[in-house]
Amino acid sequence: MHGFANPTRFLRLARWLTPLCLGLGLLLTAGALGWGLFVVPPDRLMGETVRILFLHVPFAWLGMGGWTGIALSSLAYLVWRHPLAALSARGIAVPGAVFTALCLITGSIWGRPTWGTWWVWDGRLTSMLVLFFLYMAYIALAQAAAREGVSARIPAIFGLLGAINIPIINRSVVWWNSLHQPPSITMGKSAIDAAFLVPLLISTLGFSLLFGGIVLARMRALLAETQAEARLRRKALELEPAV
Amino acid sequence: MREALDQWDFVIAAYAIGVGGTLATVTWSWLAMVRAEARSRKARGR
Repeated sequence: MHGFANPTRFLRLARWLTPLCLGLGLLLTAGALGWGLFVVPPDRLMGETVRILFLHVPFAWLGMGGWTGIALSSLAYLVWRHPLAALSARGIAVPGAVFTALCLITGSIWGRPTWGTWWVWDGRLTSMLVLFFLYMAYIALAQAAAREGVSARIPAIFGLLGAINIPIINRSVVWWNSLHQPPSITMGKSAIDAAFLVPLLISTLGFSLLFGGIVLARMRALLAETQAEARLRRKALELEPAV
Repeated sequence: MREALDQWDFVIAAYAIGVGGTLATVTWSWLAMVRAEARSRKARGR
């Protein structure tokens, strides 16, 4: 793992991995969503709205997975001080926030015809909204730290502390009464019929590849910005007349 | 009295927002990366 913390080695890998993740992700996602829209039969209870599953579930998993990635990167930064670890946490933050927002929006759209309401302040929905606010706070904190040129330690500590919310989201439907259904997929078990499960797994894989591609692109952009700024600063110092 | 809701309206709205949001994020991150790397190359060559 330490070998990949070298920016040159990371860039060599990311240059071919970014278009591969995005291309394959687009292909798999388009296929799975087409399957979900036109091939999958309507559900006995939810009717046609069951098709929202193929978007909403990957968004929810990746919203939570994104923050888990931020927490792991933050831990790596705090323990080993790898600058790439801080960069990967910053790279995850924007797609994580977008996917969490999309999870909340698609969930709300799904809630109206199935629950009869757009929103309820129950454990699952509220903890997911808290996750979105945590992402917003993390983005602001990391940007401020980068702009002021201070250590990325404060955003890293925040990234670790925010991870407390992940098990809360996961267990919320078990701990509290909720309109939201309990977990359908647990370790090695699934309550979902294969007709829905297969396109769901493909769409999750597709969205995960897109998420990975976006994170790599964000990391490359952040790395290039840092390098350009350092070069310009060095050149400005060289041009400055000696006093 | 029950409202008459067309379920497809909700499905189409969710797909439009979900797919649109994802594609916008992919495009934005790709363009930001290309621009940042071009700026970095320019700074190296200057």
